[in-house]
Amino acid sequence: MNREWPLWEIFIRSQHGLAHKHVGSLHAPDAEMAIKNARDVYTRRNEGVSIWVVKSEDITATSPGDKTPLFDPAASKVYRHPTFFPMPEGVKHL
Amino acid sequence: MNEADRRLFEYLLRIADSDLVLAQRLGEWVGHGPVLEEDIALTNIGLDLLGQARLWLAYAGEVEARFAGRGRTEDELAFLRAGGDFRNLLLVEQPNGSYADTMARQFLFDVWHVLLLGGLALSRDERIAEIAGKARKEAAYHVERSADWVIRLGDGTDESHARMQSAIDDVWMYTGEMFEPDAIDRSLAAEGIGCDLAALAAPWRGTVEAVLSEATLAVPKTSAVQRGGRRGIHTEYLGHMLATMQWLQRAYPGAQW
Repeated sequence: MNREWPLWEIFIRSQHGLAHKHVGSLHAPDAEMAIKNARDVYTRRNEGVSIWVVKSEDITATSPGDKTPLFDPAASKVYRHPTFFPMPEGVKHL
Repeated sequence: MNEADRRLFEYLLRIADSDLVLAQRLGEWVGHGPVLEEDIALTNIGLDLLGQARLWLAYAGEVEARFAGRGRTEDELAFLRAGGDFRNLLLVEQPNGSYADTMARQFLFDVWHVLLLGGLALSRDERIAEIAGKARKEAAYHVERSADWVIRLGDGTDESHARMQSAIDDVWMYTGEMFEPDAIDRSLAAEGIGCDLAALAAPWRGTVEAVLSEATLAVPKTSAVQRGGRRGIHTEYLGHMLATMQWLQRAYPGAQW
C-alpha cells in the first residue's frame, strides 16, 4: 500500500493577474489540506488572492513523444499570426 | 502614572512571552516536520508568533522607559532575561513531543489566543488595539490549522486517536491558568486596557469541546490546574529551552547577525 500523500498541482491567481497560474506542486492528504499547505508554501509573500488545487493524477497531459506531430506543423505558418493587419490610426490598447 | 506603567509593562510581557516561547518551540520543528509541507506551515506559524512577540516586547520596552528611565530593547527582553522573569503560560513551554503533542498544545493555545486578541483589539490603549487587531488575523488561521489536525488525528487511525487523546490529556492541566486573572489582569481589564480573562473560559470551552467531539476525543475530566507562569514560576522545561534560545547573546553579548 502506498502511504505517501497524493500529489497536488497548485494554481494561484496573483494580485494583478486575471487567470490562475501554475506555481508548483505539493503533497497533502486531501483537497482541503492541499489548499492550506498551498497557502503556506506558495503565498507567504503576498503572492495570491485565490488558490486552486488539482490532484496531479487528474491532469491528462500530452506525451513528450507526440511533440513532433502535435506542434511542429504550426511552426512555419507565419500567416496564422495576426501581424499582417494594418493598425487603424488612433485605436488604443491593441 | 508610574504604578500604572509598571502594571502595563508586566501585562505586555505576559502576552509577549507566550508568543515568544511558543515561537521558539515551533522553531525546534524546523527541518524535523513529518512532511515538507507541515514543516513549512509550522515554521510560518512560529514566525507569525515571533513577529507578534516583537511588537509586544517593543511596546513593553517603551513603557518601561517611562518609569525606569531607560527601557530595554526587544532583543534585551528576549535574550537577557532569566527564566524567573518570563511571564508566559506554562502550556506553551511544554516540550514538542510527538506531532500530536505539538498540535494539542497549539490548538488549546490558539483557541484562547484568538479570544484574547479579540478582547485586546477593543482596548482603550490604541497601541494594544492595533497590535491585537493585526495579530488576530494570524491567530484565526493558526486555530483553523491546529483544529484541523486535532480532528484528523483524533478521528484517524486507532493509533493516532490514542496518541491525540493522550496529548490532550497531558497538557490539559496547564490550560486552567489562562482564565485566572490576578490583580494586574483585573485592574487593566477594569480600565478597559486589558482583557477579562475569566470571560474567555466559556467560549474557549465551547470551541474546544466542539472540536474534540468532532475529533471523537474525550474532554479530560480532571480539574487539577498547574499555574505559575504569570508569576515567573515555571516547569522544568523553560530553563532548558531558554538556554538554547539565549546562549549566543549570553556567550557573545551584543553579537549581531
